[in-house]
Parts: sequence; C-alpha cells; structure tokens
Amino acid sequence: MISKDQAALEFKSVGKRYGAVKAVRDVSLTIAPRQFVALVGASGSGKSTLLKTINRLAEADSGEVVYEGDPVGSLPLPALRRRVGYVFQSIGLFPHMTVGENIAIGQRLAGEKLSSARIAELLELVELEAGIATRMPDALSGGQRQRVGVARALAGDPHLLLMDEPFGALDPVTRDALGGRVRKLHDELGLTTIMVTHDMAEALLLADRVLVMDAGEIVADETPQSLLEGRGGAVAQELAAVPRAQADRLAELAR
Amino acid sequence: MSDIWDALLNLGDQLAAHILLSAAAIALGIAVALPLAVWASRSPAVARAALGFASLVQTIPALALLALFFPILLSLRAVFGDGLPTLGFLPALLALSLYALLPILRNAITAQANLDPGVIEAADGVGMTFGQRLRLVEAPLSAPYIMAGIRTAAVWTIGAATLATTIGQKSLGDPIFAGLQTQNWVLVLAGCIASAGLALIADGLLGTIEKGLRTRRRALTFGGLAAVALGVGAALFAQFGGSDERRIVIGAKGFSEQYILARLIGQQLEANGYAVDYRDGLGSAVAHRAVTTGAIDVLVDYTGTIWTNQMEREDNPPRDAMLEEIVEWETDTSGTHVLGRLGFENAYGLAMRGERAAALGIESIADLAGAAGGMTVGGDPEFFERPEWIAVRNAYGLGFAEQRNFSPTFMYNALQSGEADVIGAYTSDGRIAADGLTILEDPQGAFPNYDAIVLLAPETGSDAAIRAAIEPLVGAIDVEAMREANLSVDREEGKLTFEEAARRLAERIGL
Repeated sequence: MISKDQAALEFKSVGKRYGAVKAVRDVSLTIAPRQFVALVGASGSGKSTLLKTINRLAEADSGEVVYEGDPVGSLPLPALRRRVGYVFQSIGLFPHMTVGENIAIGQRLAGEKLSSARIAELLELVELEAGIATRMPDALSGGQRQRVGVARALAGDPHLLLMDEPFGALDPVTRDALGGRVRKLHDELGLTTIMVTHDMAEALLLADRVLVMDAGEIVADETPQSLLEGRGGAVAQELAAVPRAQADRLAELAR
Repeated sequence: MSDIWDALLNLGDQLAAHILLSAAAIALGIAVALPLAVWASRSPAVARAALGFASLVQTIPALALLALFFPILLSLRAVFGDGLPTLGFLPALLALSLYALLPILRNAITAQANLDPGVIEAADGVGMTFGQRLRLVEAPLSAPYIMAGIRTAAVWTIGAATLATTIGQKSLGDPIFAGLQTQNWVLVLAGCIASAGLALIADGLLGTIEKGLRTRRRALTFGGLAAVALGVGAALFAQFGGSDERRIVIGAKGFSEQYILARLIGQQLEANGYAVDYRDGLGSAVAHRAVTTGAIDVLVDYTGTIWTNQMEREDNPPRDAMLEEIVEWETDTSGTHVLGRLGFENAYGLAMRGERAAALGIESIADLAGAAGGMTVGGDPEFFERPEWIAVRNAYGLGFAEQRNFSPTFMYNALQSGEADVIGAYTSDGRIAADGLTILEDPQGAFPNYDAIVLLAPETGSDAAIRAAIEPLVGAIDVEAMREANLSVDREEGKLTFEEAARRLAERIGL
C-alpha cells in the first residue's frame, strides 16, 4: 500500500541523451498520488523522452525514477510495464487481434485471462458498446480506436496512467469528448496521470498541474490558474498566450 | 497425345522424388532464413550481409551451383568421414536450399522492416518480452509476406530441381534430359508438363495459405497446410512406403548408348530377381566417382576415358596393357571391380560429312590440319575440356577458326546443317553410317582406346550373384549391334524407347 504522503512518482536528477543530443537534462520532480499532470513543450523539448523513462521505453542514462517507492531500474521490465497503463500517440492497437484481445493482452502476457464481463466493463468506461469486443481494429474509427487504447491501458488496474500525445491524431470534437472522459476516469478510478501534449489549451483544461519543458529541462511547474495569471516564465507564457488570445478573440466575436 | 499420357503415367517415381527434394529444400531454406531474418531485424549489418550473400548465390546458375556441391562435399569428407554422400540427394538438397533462401529471406526482412513502429512500441509498452513480441506480434504480422516469399521460392525450387538429375538425384529432370538426348520430344514435354504442373499446384496451395494468413481466415490457412502436408506425405509413402528391398542402382552418362546399356544391364538383373533403379544423365567424372564411392552400383565406362581423365595418363599403350593397368588402378585406389569388356569400342573420332571430306580430299586428321583454319569444330560439352582432345590437337597442330559445344544429339544436326564442319563423334554411334559420315583416320594414334567396360562399385563387385547376372554381357556386344541399337533411339522416325532398344539388343546378341 502507498501511504498518503508517499510520492506516486519521483524523478531524481534524471538525464537521457541520444548521441550528442541531451534530450533530458537533470530533471528532479515529485508527483503526488492522484495528480493529473500535463507535460507541455514544443517538439523536441524532451517531454516524450521524460515520460518514457518512467516505464523504461527510454532508459535514463543518469539519475533514477522511483515509482511507488521502487526505483524503476530495479523492477523486471515486463512486470513494470504491466503495472503502468500506457496510451500511445500512435494508438498502437495490434491489427491482427480483436478489440477484446487487444484489451486483454497484458493479462495474457502474465498468463492470466481477462473475463468478457471485465472487457465489457472496460469498454463501458470508455463509452463503447460491449459488442465491439469481437471487431478488428481496422473496422473502428480513429476515436473509437484510441478509446480502446485507453481501455487497454486501464485493463490491469494500474495506479499510474501515462499518455503520450494521446489525442494528437483525433478530430477536435472527438478530442474534446475523449479528453473529458479521461479526466473523469482519472477522478473516478483515483489514478495518477501524466499526459504529454503540445497543446497548452488541452493541458490547461484537463490538468491539475502543468509542467513546461524546454531543451530537456523543466522550465515551469504551475497550476493552470497561475499560468493563466502570467506566472511560469517566458517559455510557458509564450505557450499559454496562444489559447488565451484565441479565447479573447472568441469572446469578442460572441459579444 | 496418348504418348504423352503414357510418358506422364510413367513418371510417378520421379514425381515423388521431385516433390520430396523440393519440399526438403524449401523446408531447409525456411529453417535457415527465418532465424537469420530475426537476427537481421536487430542488426542492419547482418541484414546487409545475409541479403548480399543470398543475392550472390542467386547469380550463380542453378546448374553450376548443383555441380559445385560435389567438390565441396568431397572436401568436407575430411571432416565428416567417407560416409558423406557427394552425389544424389544431399548435394541437390543443399544447392536448392541455398537457392530458396533469397526470396524467403528478402520477404522476411522486408516484412520486419515495414512493421508499423507504433505497433512495435506498443508491444514493448504493454510489457512483452523479446520472445512474446516475436511470437504474438512480429510473426503473425509478417506471416503473409513471408508466405509470399516461400511461394516464390517453391516455384523456383521446383523448376531448378529438374537439374538435380545431372548430379545423380532422381527428379522430373530425368525425362527432360533423356528426351533432349535422343530428340524424344514426348519425353521432354512430359517432364516439362509434370514439373510445371507441380509448380502451379504448389503455387496455388501456398497462395491459399498466404491468403488465409492475410485475411485471417484460419480455414484457408489450415486447409492449404493440410493439402501441402498430404502431398508431401503421399510422396514420402511412394518413395519409402513400399518394401525396403535393396535396389541395385545403375548409372548412365548423358548419351543414348549409356541409357540403352543401363537398361540392358537392368533387364539382366531383373531377370535374376533383383530390383533396379536408374541414375541417368550423369556427367563423365561424376559417374566414375559415383561408382567408386558406391553412390551407384553399376556403370559402363570406357578405358580411354578412365586412362586420360581419371588416371591422368598421357601415354597410349596397346588396349590389353591399358585394360590391365586400369583394373589394377581401380582395385588399388577404391576397390572398384572391373567386370570386363562388353566387346565393342566407342572411341572419340573426328567426323566429317562424307562428300565434304571427299571433295576436300581429307582422309585423316593429318590432312585436316591444313584446312582447319577455315573450319568450325563441334563437340559435346565435355569434349574440348578432355585431355584426349588436347592431345589430338597438339599432336596434329589443329587450329580451328571456331569451336562450338552442342548436346551430343544436336552435334550431328549441326554437322548436317553446316554449323559445324568437323565434330568429335562417337565411333559406336549409329548416325555415322546413317548420315554417311567419314571418321578421319588417326595415323599417330593420338586418340586412346575406348573399350566399353563394366564397373561395379566395391561392395557390389564382391557379390558373386550380381556378378553372375551381368557376366553374360561381357564380350557379347559387337560394335555393329551397338550402332544399330543406338540408331534405333536416335533416328527421327520410329524411335524406340531405351527399354525397347535394350530388349532388341538382348535378342540380337542371343540373351
């Protein structure tokens, strides 16, 4: 069990380089349980890499990531990844498996079986019909597919949900609906969630806490409210200026 | 048409052998290509090396690749001992597997390279181990492409397997080579139809499996697999399901006389209650090697050929002395048994059209030397490589304008049509008399003696009953009888089969 004051996740001087490029530079950070954290930054700022050091899709070169008290480097890789829900930018459904098989893959790897009742329940969580479980992924729309991706990430009852640009490939309406749904699930299931996005509006609307990354470093760590009030420094404000200006113009038009 | 049906119906044995050889070669190709492809997907250097090697192999003509395995296996005997077969199934299998490698490897590597990186990341992200990722994601997603590669490999292999005949492996190439030899187009056509039909069926079945994998319809996949298994199983049964009695294997080099004599010996053995099998169309060196190693049991060979090619002698003693030395040499080097002379000689001789020779006033090879500068000389594919030819050429100072290789049968046609002025003919050939050819005299005795002799493999030769069954042929066949038999299968009209020609020959010599 996790004690109330224990951090869900702790980064201790984490660094990662790809050849000569330092993707992540000496990041130290603590994330409390049940926080919804948005990790925002321009392309190449290192936000995806930082996310991947958690389930070791990218291995940190220096420092360590501690998950619920265990350094992730000390956990067996498959076990670690099954304990952490992961939603992929590319959705990453296995095209040769049915929706149900995709959702149950983590349990299958562990030698367990996921009941069809549980699959139906997971599909219901992401607002899909239970009957969709027997369909193949290529028969679904993009939005439906990413909903299945979220259901798959939740199948193992993880405490931690990682999302790498989860709504990047979706149309705006679907994107909004799915974002809202994920935030609700986060609250209902008591998850700790980290979402990588380049869309500051999405981050401001969904997250409790917004981290801004630039050139491998965390340059701002603020609540949405304080970002909107102008704190967080130049890079953060540059990112926040876009949705704010859009909102102002829309308000102008509506008047 | 009924001729072709008869010929096709007689090919059951060859068809079964062909299926087994092709299936084994493709299976071995798959067994090598797939692990290599997995390795290659993790290392670009391995991918480059593997594809480079497979492409290089593909540029070697299939016939040469088959032939090369003979010396390779021979040298490997130093490691694996003398029990390692150098002819027949093993070299054919290895060469064809190498040939099958490229399409399978290329498709497998391409399929792996083209897998959606998002799906691979997802496989890692959900916690798959290396093996799980391979088994659950990469293999099923690559399977249709790999199957397409296997399909290509199958069609190539089934076609190339017809060439296995030349290294002593029974296949559907047997009727093709035999038919080409005697211009028996029915046989050639039957071999082609059978091997093309087999390739089409294999392509269809493997295509069904591929479609099943692609559209994820298990019934198609397993139906196709079952049909392939059934075909290979039937071939296995046909080859090995019967009694496992010992068959005496009679070898024949690639010309008519050899085919006929092999059948004549076979009929003698069968009359004495033995079961026999034929390995036709062997190259001269391969055939001799095969009998000395026991890959075949019986072979008709020629004294001059052994003398110059195997013993590498350059002198030219009288025929009795030569035979005596050959018997001694065969006994000492391998224990091969020389049963004796059949009674006729099939020498190499230079032949010209009679009227042309008369017009030019050429009677002997010495006369030819002056005229050779404007002439084309034709020979069988071995002829110009043989030491006898080199000896004759040097002895008379022959310098032809051009030399051309023909299959033995076409060589005579080339002489008639003027594409060749002189050919390296066989003196027991019935076409010499039938075509009105003149054999040029050899006043210097540069060509050695070519008495036909029967060789028995070391173990076979120590079996008195086998020796006794073939013994009646020794000294029984004169050159006239042999020429008539040869002509009966070589002539354009009213061709006899080798079996019929052998039976007529047996009648004529009073067996």
